[in-house]
Amino acid sequence: MVNGKRTLIIIPALNESGSIADVVGEVRGELPGVDVLVVDDGSTDRTAAVAAAAGARVAKLPYNLGVGGAMRLGYRYARDHDYDVAIQVDADGQHDPRYVPKLVDMLEDNDLIIGARFAGEGDYSVRGPRRWAMVMLSAVLSRVARTKLTDTTSGFRAANRRVIEMFASWYPAEYLGDTVETLVHTARRGYRIRQVPVAMRKRMAGTPSHSPAKAMIYLGRAFAVLTLALIRR
Amino acid sequence: MKLTLVTGLTGLILLATIIELLRRRQLREKYGMLWLGVLVIVIPLSLFPRLLDNVAELLGVASGVSLVLFLGIVFLLLVCVHLSWEVSALEEETRTLAEDFALLRAQIEADKAARDELVSTDG
Repeated sequence: MVNGKRTLIIIPALNESGSIADVVGEVRGELPGVDVLVVDDGSTDRTAAVAAAAGARVAKLPYNLGVGGAMRLGYRYARDHDYDVAIQVDADGQHDPRYVPKLVDMLEDNDLIIGARFAGEGDYSVRGPRRWAMVMLSAVLSRVARTKLTDTTSGFRAANRRVIEMFASWYPAEYLGDTVETLVHTARRGYRIRQVPVAMRKRMAGTPSHSPAKAMIYLGRAFAVLTLALIRR
Repeated sequence: MKLTLVTGLTGLILLATIIELLRRRQLREKYGMLWLGVLVIVIPLSLFPRLLDNVAELLGVASGVSLVLFLGIVFLLLVCVHLSWEVSALEEETRTLAEDFALLRAQIEADKAARDELVSTDG
């Protein structure tokens, strides 16, 4: 329970046995009374076993579906088990669970809350094509959602019952579809989206990619996904 | 004459292959019928390549053979697109199955944990 709401924390994890125990432990420590569901997206390491030992519920996919696939499973679980709020948290430990009550509070008047990295709190910066992609995405998606969105690809989100219901039956599995396309889809159906500034921490394990070529590809894919999302109904 | 023999034989071998695959149930009927339909058009053309010359002239194509080539490529492209579409649908189906499977497995684990707890508190 967070503020009287049955809350489920969904953590999609792929080969995160190095950090998942700490992340689950921290969430359970900071937020007693919430349930944690780790969706193991076809890991080849001991992610599922480590997460279960740390006290999380575990849903293990038989093979890798991508973040979108793992998240739809999470939302289906939330719907089937009658949760009021579902919150997505990354498995690498960059999201601070102390922000969760704030996100849940914001759901009083909104349907989907995004924990945003560039909204003033904490320090987090990117440069080059990755930055252009983020600027483009936030400019377009802010218009579509009629609210200021600065970090559209954030994996820190809170959804209420209405959005859980929608995501449980519709959630794209494609690359970037889980963030960009879901925002367009949600906004177009009249749900209220808001962002909350959150400070991000260094990842507990794993390294982010910094290759310029990859950043350019990212920009291209982001543009393609965004365009497709906008011309879809 | 030699050429007609080669093209005609190729057509007949393809026909035999499709029928054999259908007979062994290796090919779903919906695809088998498609290819049989194609062969019904292709075999007469392979035996009498000049059949389409009149139609080709009407469309401004120099010879019937070129027209067949063009239509063949368009048709193959469409088939490829159709197969991508089928694969997308299949991926969506297997995705749903994988999710159902994971949900069921989670439910079984939860039930088992609850039972174990019951046993340990009883005993």
